[in-house]
Amino acid sequence: MNIVVCVKYVPDATADRKFEDDNTVDRVGVDGLLSELDEYAVEQALQFREKREGEEITVTALTIGPEKAVDAVRKALQMGADSGVHVVDDAIAGSDYLGTSLVLAKAVEKIKADAGVDLVVCGMASTDASGSVVPAMLAERLGMPQVTLASVVESQGDQVRIKRDNEGSTEVIGATLPIVLSVTDQSGEARYPSFKGIMAAKKKPLETWSLSDLGLDADQVGLSVAYSQVEDTTARPPRTAGEIVTDEDGSGAGALVDFLASKKFI
Amino acid sequence: MSEVLVVIDHAEGEVKKPTYELLTIARRLGEPSAVFFGPPDQGDAVAEKVRKYGAAKVYVVDDAQIKGFLVAPKAEALQQLAEKTSPAAVLLPSTFENKEVAGRLAIKLGSGLITDAVDVADGGVTTQSVFAGNYTVQAKVTTGTPIITVKPNSAAPEESEGAGAVEAFAATISDAAKTAQIVATQPRQSTGRPELTEAAIVVSGGRGTGGDFAPVEGFADSLGAAVGASRAAVDSGWMPHAFQVGQTGKTVSPQLYVANGISGAIQHRAGMQTSKTIVAVNKDPEAPIFELVDFGVVGDLHAVLPAATEKVKERKG
Ligand SMILES: Cc1cc2nc3c(=O)[nH]c(=O)nc-3n(C[C@H](O)[C@H](O)[C@H](O)COP(=O)(O)OP(=O)(O)OC[C@H]3O[C@@H](n4cnc5c(N)ncnc54)[C@H](O)[C@@H]3O)c2cc1C
Ligand SMILES: Nc1ncnc2c1ncn2[C@@H]1O[C@H](COP(=O)(O)O)[C@@H](O)[C@H]1O
Repeated sequence: MNIVVCVKYVPDATADRKFEDDNTVDRVGVDGLLSELDEYAVEQALQFREKREGEEITVTALTIGPEKAVDAVRKALQMGADSGVHVVDDAIAGSDYLGTSLVLAKAVEKIKADAGVDLVVCGMASTDASGSVVPAMLAERLGMPQVTLASVVESQGDQVRIKRDNEGSTEVIGATLPIVLSVTDQSGEARYPSFKGIMAAKKKPLETWSLSDLGLDADQVGLSVAYSQVEDTTARPPRTAGEIVTDEDGSGAGALVDFLASKKFI
Repeated sequence: MSEVLVVIDHAEGEVKKPTYELLTIARRLGEPSAVFFGPPDQGDAVAEKVRKYGAAKVYVVDDAQIKGFLVAPKAEALQQLAEKTSPAAVLLPSTFENKEVAGRLAIKLGSGLITDAVDVADGGVTTQSVFAGNYTVQAKVTTGTPIITVKPNSAAPEESEGAGAVEAFAATISDAAKTAQIVATQPRQSTGRPELTEAAIVVSGGRGTGGDFAPVEGFADSLGAAVGASRAAVDSGWMPHAFQVGQTGKTVSPQLYVANGISGAIQHRAGMQTSKTIVAVNKDPEAPIFELVDFGVVGDLHAVLPAATEKVKERKG
C-alpha cells in the first residue's frame, strides 16, 4: 500500500509575513517551515502505516514549492516518511488554487503510475493561504472520494471512517480506498523527529521533479495564467493601543461597563 | 442583467443571516438568484424570506440525492445550474463545506476561485483579510465565472423587494459523486445563544478560566452575546471544538469581542483580529492580547466578570 502525504512549505506565522512587489506571498525572504497543520497529516499517515502491522506500506511526502520548500519534505522524512518528492519549477511561482491542485494531482498520478496510490493525506489548511480547498480540489481532479476535515480517522481493510465537525453537527463519513483524506489539528498530536529519525532521513530517497516530468507545460500554471489576480496588498495599520486599567477593589468591572456603555453596547 | 447565484445557508429551512448579507452583496454584481438545497416542500417558505432581500428567482434543488454525501453532489448540481444560467458570479457563505464545494466547482467550470472574502465591490473586486488579519488583499477573478465564498458579517443586510419566483431545478447526480457517504449525523445541541460567527458580540474564555466558564457565560448572557473559547480551553475539554475561535476554529468579526483569560497567540488573533472593538480581561499586564485592545482590564476574570455582569444587569434594569 502506498500513501502520499501533501506537505506545504509556508512562511513562519510568527515571523513578519509579507508580499513581493508582484503581490505574491514572499516565500523566500521570510523564514519558512513545514506548515504546522501538515504535521498532523504526516502523523496520521504514519499512524495509518503503524496500525497495519505486517502490511508493506510506504509513505511518500510530496511538496510543491521553491528550492527551500524541500525543508518541508525533509521534516516529514525525519518524522518517519519513507521517501520524498519535491516539485520545483520557476514556472509554478504564483500559482493559484487551480494551478497548485493541478500540479499536485499530476504528481500523485505519476507516483500512482509507478507504484500505485491508495491514500492521499492533506492538512486541513495551509497556514498561509488558509483556503482549506486544495484537498477537495485534489479529490475532484483525481476522481477519488473526498474524506476531509477529519478529527478522528479509523480504517479497516479498504474501508475508512472519519469524524467531521460540520457547522451544526458532527458527522461520520465513510468511503472505500483509494481516497483523499484531510485531517484537522484535533486528530492527535504530531510526533517530534527523534535523533535516530533525523539521521535516518539523510539516507532516504528524495526526488526532484520539474513540470516537464509531470507532462505539464509552463503556460498551464503560474502567476500569468492564474484564474484570479491579486490587485493590491496593504499592511493593516497596527491597532492603536487602547486604554488599559488595573482592577483594584472592584474598580475594573465599573470601568469596563462604563466603556461598553459609552460605545452603546449596553 | 445577469443572474448571480447565491447559495442559501440554512438549517432545516431556517435561513441564516449570512444569506441576506450575500444577497445584498450580489445586487452589486447583477440580479440575485438564490439556490436552495433542501426538501422541495420548504421551497415556498424559503423563497418568501429571501425575496425580501432581492432574490428574483429561487432555484429549489431537491436534496434527497445530495444530503447523504459529502460535498461532491452539491458541486455537481451547481455546475449544472451555472451551465444553464451563465451567471455573472456564484457566491457562497464561507463555511468549510461551502469552500470545498466552491473548490470543486472552480475546477468543473474552469473558473477562478476566491475564498473568505470580507467584501465584494461592484465589478467583483474582493477584499480579504490575510496573515492573521495583518494584511488586506484586493483581488479579482480574471477567468471564467467568479466563484467567491464570503465570510459572515461582511455586509449589513439591506431589504429590497424581489420577485422570488420559485423554480424547481432537477440536478443529475452521478454515481462518482456519491463515494463519500455520510454514515451518521449528530446535530449539535443548541445553546440558546446567538451563533458564534453571526453574533454582534462574542465573549470568549481561555486557559485563564481554569475550566470554570460560568463567569464568561454569565457575562455573555448579560450582553446577549455568543460564547467563544481559545484552543487551550478546547484542548482541555472545557468547551466543545465548535466554540473555538482562531486559525483552526471559527473566524469571528463581531462589533465587540471580549477575550477573558486569553493570552492572544497569533493563531487566536487570526480568528478575531478584525473585530470592530476588542476588550480583554487578563491578569498579566504583559499579555500580548493587550496590544490589540480598545479597552483592557488587568485583573482576575473571576472577580471582574461577575461584578461586570451585575452592573450590566443594573443598567439594563
Ligand atoms: C497549528 C496551530 C493552530 C492553532 N489554532 C488555534 C486556534 O484556532 N485558536 C486558538 O485560540 N489557539 C490556537 N492555537 C494555540 C495557540 O497557539 C495558543 O496556544 C492558545 O491560543 C492559547 O490559549 P489561551 O490564550 O487560552 O492560553 P494561554 O496562552 O495559556 O493564556 C492564558 C492567559 O490567561 C491569563 N490568566 C490566567 N489566569 C487568569 C485569571 N484568573 N484571570 C484573568 N486572566 C488569567 C494568563 O495571564 C494568560 O495570558 C493553535 C496552535 C497551533 C500550533
Ligand atoms: N504547495 C503545496 N504542496 C504540497 N501540499 C500542498 C500545497 N498546497 C496545499 N497543499 C495541501 O493542501 C492542504 C490545504 O491547503 P489550502 O487549501 O491551501 O489551505 C495543505 O494542508 C496541504 O496538505
